[in-house]
Amino acid sequence: MSTFQNPLLEAKGITKYFGTITALENVDLKVYAGECLGVVGDNGAGKSTLMKVLSGLYKPSSGSLYFQGKEEILESPKDSQNLGLEMVYQDLALAGNLPIGENIFLGREPTKNVGFLKFLDFNKIKELTNAHLGKLKINVKSADQKVEELSGGQRQAVAIARSTAFNAKVVIMDEPTAALAIKEVGKVLDLINSLKKTGVGVIVISHRMDDIFSVCDRVMALFQGTNFAESELSNTSRDEVIGWIMGKK
Amino acid sequence: MKSLDGLWVKNKMEEKDNKKVSLYLKLMPYIEKYGILLLLVLMILVMHILQPDVFLSWRNVTNVFKQISWQSMLALGVFMVIVTAGIDLSVGSIMMLSLMVLAIVAKAGAPWFIVVITPLIAGFLCGLFNGAGITLLRMPHPFIMTLGTLYIFRGTGNLISGGTPISGFTDEVRYLGHGRIDLTWLGLEKSQYLPVSLVLIAVVYVIFWFFLNRSRTGKWIYAIGGNPSAARASGINVNKILIIVYSLCGFLSGIGALILAGRTDSGYPNAGLQSELDAIAACIIGGASFFGGRGTVLGVFAGVMIMGILRNGLNLMDVSSFWQQVLIGSIIVIAVYIDVLRRDLGTRK
Repeated sequence: MSTFQNPLLEAKGITKYFGTITALENVDLKVYAGECLGVVGDNGAGKSTLMKVLSGLYKPSSGSLYFQGKEEILESPKDSQNLGLEMVYQDLALAGNLPIGENIFLGREPTKNVGFLKFLDFNKIKELTNAHLGKLKINVKSADQKVEELSGGQRQAVAIARSTAFNAKVVIMDEPTAALAIKEVGKVLDLINSLKKTGVGVIVISHRMDDIFSVCDRVMALFQGTNFAESELSNTSRDEVIGWIMGKK
Repeated sequence: MKSLDGLWVKNKMEEKDNKKVSLYLKLMPYIEKYGILLLLVLMILVMHILQPDVFLSWRNVTNVFKQISWQSMLALGVFMVIVTAGIDLSVGSIMMLSLMVLAIVAKAGAPWFIVVITPLIAGFLCGLFNGAGITLLRMPHPFIMTLGTLYIFRGTGNLISGGTPISGFTDEVRYLGHGRIDLTWLGLEKSQYLPVSLVLIAVVYVIFWFFLNRSRTGKWIYAIGGNPSAARASGINVNKILIIVYSLCGFLSGIGALILAGRTDSGYPNAGLQSELDAIAACIIGGASFFGGRGTVLGVFAGVMIMGILRNGLNLMDVSSFWQQVLIGSIIVIAVYIDVLRRDLGTRK
């Protein structure tokens, strides 16, 4: 990772109001290819709002987003997906009643034309799912297994697989280990590390210092909706980062 | 070393547990898909044993299909809504309003091909109104919007018709509900005809099976029922899909009105009264889950058939209609309890 190259994703001066409440004020963020940026902050510091702005779910009140150096205006999650910006949500945004493969391709299902009608191509979904899960070394019994039958860690793995199935360039993860059993945390963190190796820029929001210090290269702290501190991971310590979360430098 | 042994034993136990689960998982889809058909076949057998001469006679079987013809349309519409974890209480009123519109247009002397389209358009527009209300007015639950339109649509139907029956349609208008397909060319007797409404049920159900199971929109309907925020995060326009679902539900109610017009030759104020509850009951008996995302078109058809056969069979045996109510109610409760048990077993907590 070199800081000389251009950032993959850059947010400049992001401000977001909800009525009279200021959720974010003049926040900057950068992430480079193959790098993991940790975003920390207390509840209400604006982490989730910032991520929702980056994923196109919220429109910022002011400020601008640059993707590979080009300014982009995101109207919906579809726009950010089209750019290669993917979000893995805290509440594991998967439909439990659908199989793994259909979850991974939800909203972007491959189809085949029969006359003027478009039908879902289940064989292709299965084929692509198996290939993709194999690439990420995620083990499941079958791509046809329903997501509600999976453990928390497997679900998180499916959610991450979902986010990277379409040549994602930046993956944003909101508390990727919060809902997991301890023995599954390691697997998900390994998955994040292998994702970085493929050149993806990863943003991880987490409360857990273990997560931040095992996968991130850089960490930034938000405090009351503003940039509070930022550092290369090698130049800081857990205690210092915990201090930032509480607003102490 | 001891602790390692303990770990090994635990893994062994987990393995065993997994095996049990996998057998269950293998059986699950089949139970989910065909369990209800088993119940249906069982019921047919019991009825046949109790009424060997009448129940499976040509006349009685076609009768059952004629009786369930319009209900099956309402049930299919409500089913799609239930898959999205919604509810439509207004289908009976949509059908009544569509029927009244048809009757008025027919009485005004419009040609038959205009008359038969009017209930479909009226039904579609009613459904669109529901869908738009639920999404644009951000109603806290579809129950409220469709409870409101249950009154609005029936009231409107009475307003435009003056609250009196309008009777007498041409044969073309009555064809779908009343028409007969002659089978004498197969060597059958004249009384052994095929009701057109039976063919219509088959065609509509097959089309909607393809729509729900093989199209992207159909898959998204299930996804919305499974987890609406996941659907939204996937870039699916949830509101648009919901509006489509409620509009189609209204459209199917309009088809129901067209069938009913054929069967009764009349537009009457009490048409479809409480039929929304029958439609919901058929979906629930057929295995659709109120939590959304679960249920099959085949299941709904079985649900409609079970209710139809139960009513028909009990009528044949001269059982009071009060007992019919008690029995149908009991089946609903039992069917939902089975759904609860299934959810306990099928999902990891």
